[in-house]
Amino acid sequence: MADTRDIEMTVNGESHAANVETRTSLGDFLRHGLGLTGTHMGCEHGVCGACTVMVDGEAVRSCLMLAVQANGHEVTTVEGLAEDDGTMSALQEAFWKHHGLQCGFCTPGMLTSLTAFLRDNPDPSERDVREAISGNICRCTGYQGIVDAALDVAKTMQKGS
Amino acid sequence: MAVRYLGAEVQRMEDPRLLTGHGRYVDDITMEGMLHAAFLRAPMAHAKIRSIDPSRALALPGVHRVITHADLGAKYSHRMNQLYPAPVIEQNKTQYPLAKDEVCYVGEAVAVVVADSRAIAEDALALIDVDYEALPAVVNIMTALEDDAPLAHADTTSNLMGKMRSSFGDIEDSFAKADHVFSAAFMQHRGGCHSMETRGVIARDDPWGDGLTLWTSAQSPYLIRRALATWLDESEERVRVIAPDVGGGFGPKAGFYPEEVAISLAARIMKRPVKWIEDRREHFISTTTQRDQHWDLEVACTAEGKILGLRGTVTHENGAYIPYGILLPNSSLTPLPGAYSIPAIDVGVDIIFTNTVPNSPVRGAGRPCGIYAVERMVQVVSRELGIDPAEVRRRNYVRADQMPYETGAKLRGGAPCIYDSGDYEALLEKVLDLSDYHSFKERQAAARAEGRYLGIGVSSCIEDTGMGPYEGTTVRVESSGKVAVRTGAASQGQGHQTMISMLVAENLGVKPEDILFESADTAKFSHGIGTIGSRVAANVGPSAHDAASQVREKALKLAAEVLEASEADLDIEDGVVRVNGAPDLSITLGELAVQLTPMSAMRVPTGFDPVLEATSFDGSSGSPIACGSNVAEVEVDPGTGEVKVLRYSVAHDCGVMINPMVVHGQIVGGVVHGIGNALFERMIYDDQGQPLTMNYGEYLLPLASEMPRVDVTHMETPSPLNSLGVKGAGEGGTIPAAAAVVAAIENALTEFGVEIDYYPVDPQYLTELIDAGSAQAAE
Amino acid sequence: MKPAPFTYHDPTTADEAVALLATHEDAKILAGGQSLMPMLNMRFVVPDDVIDLNRIDGIAGIRDAGESIEIGAMTRQRDLMRDDVIATKAPIIPAALHWVGHFQTRNRGTIGGSLCHLDPAAELPCLMALYDAELTVQGPDGARKIPFAEWPLAYMIPSIGPDELLTGVSVPHWGGNTGHGFVEFSRRHGDFAIVAAAALLTVDAGKITRAAISIGGADVRPIRLTEAETALVGATPDAGTFKAAAEIARGIEAMSDAYVSSAYRQRLAATLVERALAAAASNLNGSA
Repeated sequence: MADTRDIEMTVNGESHAANVETRTSLGDFLRHGLGLTGTHMGCEHGVCGACTVMVDGEAVRSCLMLAVQANGHEVTTVEGLAEDDGTMSALQEAFWKHHGLQCGFCTPGMLTSLTAFLRDNPDPSERDVREAISGNICRCTGYQGIVDAALDVAKTMQKGS
Repeated sequence: MAVRYLGAEVQRMEDPRLLTGHGRYVDDITMEGMLHAAFLRAPMAHAKIRSIDPSRALALPGVHRVITHADLGAKYSHRMNQLYPAPVIEQNKTQYPLAKDEVCYVGEAVAVVVADSRAIAEDALALIDVDYEALPAVVNIMTALEDDAPLAHADTTSNLMGKMRSSFGDIEDSFAKADHVFSAAFMQHRGGCHSMETRGVIARDDPWGDGLTLWTSAQSPYLIRRALATWLDESEERVRVIAPDVGGGFGPKAGFYPEEVAISLAARIMKRPVKWIEDRREHFISTTTQRDQHWDLEVACTAEGKILGLRGTVTHENGAYIPYGILLPNSSLTPLPGAYSIPAIDVGVDIIFTNTVPNSPVRGAGRPCGIYAVERMVQVVSRELGIDPAEVRRRNYVRADQMPYETGAKLRGGAPCIYDSGDYEALLEKVLDLSDYHSFKERQAAARAEGRYLGIGVSSCIEDTGMGPYEGTTVRVESSGKVAVRTGAASQGQGHQTMISMLVAENLGVKPEDILFESADTAKFSHGIGTIGSRVAANVGPSAHDAASQVREKALKLAAEVLEASEADLDIEDGVVRVNGAPDLSITLGELAVQLTPMSAMRVPTGFDPVLEATSFDGSSGSPIACGSNVAEVEVDPGTGEVKVLRYSVAHDCGVMINPMVVHGQIVGGVVHGIGNALFERMIYDDQGQPLTMNYGEYLLPLASEMPRVDVTHMETPSPLNSLGVKGAGEGGTIPAAAAVVAAIENALTEFGVEIDYYPVDPQYLTELIDAGSAQAAE
Repeated sequence: MKPAPFTYHDPTTADEAVALLATHEDAKILAGGQSLMPMLNMRFVVPDDVIDLNRIDGIAGIRDAGESIEIGAMTRQRDLMRDDVIATKAPIIPAALHWVGHFQTRNRGTIGGSLCHLDPAAELPCLMALYDAELTVQGPDGARKIPFAEWPLAYMIPSIGPDELLTGVSVPHWGGNTGHGFVEFSRRHGDFAIVAAAALLTVDAGKITRAAISIGGADVRPIRLTEAETALVGATPDAGTFKAAAEIARGIEAMSDAYVSSAYRQRLAATLVERALAAAASNLNGSA
């Protein structure tokens, strides 16, 4: 018999209850249990960062966390970054403006990682941003558009504050 | 006047969907009754299969079927197709979709488990009992042709797959009259694909309905359709292949894989849809990679550094099978004169079977290797004669006034390689300025005074892009005024939707947001070739331009009749045809479309074909040759051997740029891939053919933290070979990068006499060269 | 890459966890999961049971105990980097953690997990060797304390019984005019070090009065460079002194593998020890 648990978690502000097999990763649960396929599984060993989501506001690898471990916690995925009316976040807009994505596969992990990073580090240097996304592999862009997008958002945030 | 989009930095239309998590990649697709597959793969590099016993696996709850070669029956017992037959292929070894009685590389598919979930399918893999008889494996290409070398295949007598040669000019004469002859031998290693999305396939077989439908993460859906239909001995009409959003391709997704056959057959056997998503460990062992090439070259030159000839041999690692013809060795030889006018070349390639995963092109295919080889030899001439690397290049470039310039080499289809346009020396001067090359010596001296070692490296390249024969585009105006645009070319992130929509919007006179773009679905467009070799802009681009222009002409002709005006007085803006000077007189494209698609008993206007649409296959009449010059500036830490790329500058010419922002992204991404090849990415096998680098801690992809900012400047020399003047841009960043970085490292370590004969340049190897150089200096 | 089936347990007390360990022979402890989860996904480990420590109260947190800093085993690497006590009293810890993985993995990864996984190239074991920290382990018969010097038994094997749980670490506080240096060489930011060197120096009246040097990644366990430490005491903290220590580092036993030779590891040890000592001498703080 498969080992299962009843769990509840809040994802992008909505609460979900489900019965999951305990070996199921959080990433697989979000994708296949809840149909939130914006979170991408790239390596399933914690290096590529594509599956990064926020749990209680902190960016974590959803391939290195079991779904059952998120029981009772709040999860934010890429689908939860835009406003309810669909308006993209400043970071999403900046990725668009700076050509920070090509194939789009690493993008959700980049966005969730940088959303958390910029919240905690509102005035980063280029070096800081490059280290922050050193745990997110992008094969397409050479990272430059992503770095520029993050720095642009930080600059705008500084002006606004 | 219509809005100009050509040349504008238009933000990509693909992006909002991808940025908000609404992309649709293969693994995002689910369907009623779908089962999940996992492959049992060979655990050793070479072995006979004595027997396979799936009984324990079949007993596991949730397992539906274990399929092996024997289960496929006589109709499906043959080897995979040769995608690119060529006369030089002496041993046409392709693999079986599921191994028959011999496995020839770690990772070769042996059986497929179909189960309720991927996890259960993986549980079952451990329960399949295979009795293997281990055979000796061949791994090292440098000894693979020796008499006592193990054989990659049990039924052959040699590991030589075939030989090919690029030979032109009077090589004997060139070497006879040279003032100097220098030689160099070096190994080049290029890693794998490592698209962030692995491969993946869903197959659904509906014999009474749609036939066989395949969703696959691929660059060439039409090639897969044909290969699969041929392999199954069925009509192409009954096989539909769809490439949905694809998370990067870079070459290895351009082929036709055993899993695409096996999953199709699994769906047929199970009478249910079957999904297989490659996991990252499988990607390391079953997705084709590029790997080793050894070059041994001699260069003949004058005392002034003018190169007269180049000759030598290449040993090319092919892997265990040859599914993809000789694309790689071929594309290694084609660019051989590089950006230079070299009157004679004679280089031969031995193509070697090894017991490793089959090889295939990776971003640039053989071009980065061929260009690296030429650039290495230019570097040797510069070093031996004490002439500045930039100056040696100036003395050897094909000049602008020599265009079009026929090199003597042959393109893949056998046509002569002709450089169509460009000014290579002007491009060099641009990058020298951009990189502050002229003041580098002061920077270097100042750093040296602080104990730091800086170096600079120059590299130039040409790139044959836009290979034919065509891609096509259909443009059709709907009754709503929306414009359906369809093409066969699949995108893996290059921004095709934006590029094509820009061209259609400009030429037809509609808003980009009114364009409904669909691509890479064989049921929706008649034929396509594939997204490879920097060929889409130079082929789809002209076809989209032409199809939109044809629709425009047809619309104007009809509007002229309807509005009783002269065509010359009409213009189309935002989907509305207006009479110049009479703003009240107008008709929308949608209204015109309705007239051409009337309801029953109505009539189509006389002199017009029905439907406001056109299809064009206009492309490039030859291969537009893009070019670039790069400068890398590095710092080497002799204490650790660490190489930091401090600056990287690119001057690139890909003709007219449709969307400079997209071109910039291609160049920067390509450079980083090339730096990865130069410094990081290495797929290591042990001498038994066991892959050792099987995760992203061991196989080092370039990260943001180590990559430099890449500065890019452009020239736009139009290509005369297509209506837009465009050339390809997808690989021009990668091709020259390794040569620039390696030259910069050597430059930094001149006082140690470091000469690099291998890349990726790892720090341990570099410290060994530094220590050897220090010891020699001390003697 | 899905884990093989297991039975999942999430005890809420350390006692409960220890009891589960006693009754489940083939159990793996899940702390931050940043090493165990990849191994589960790749099926390198296939345990019958997984015991998750994340719901246990009382084994996470940082406490200033005057002469030492007491750190709970489930304290996240992120919290070690953000803590004021550690920043003041053991600033080498956040400096080294900067090199540990990436911020997303540090958000989950724990100090106890790292010490039990005991990768020889990992930064936290290297630091605990530097301090000769004292580890507290709880078993069926109660708690016992182990100096870090006795913790690694062999390559990635800590001195802990199958029914024991690491609950905390005590890091002694170095007072006086102390500086720290942590340098490592890895191919890319966040990779495991090929070799890492950590150094603490206390200087009084221009002479080194106390020194500790540890090297990670060179051997199967982090090592202390005791010969050099002895030689440093009484010497002046200058380039010549550090060069001599580096030459001692060059002579260490070092392992070789498919990627890296022992000679290269020795070379790196020499380079990095010299740099770590120089860094330590440059940030003497006069009090910490």
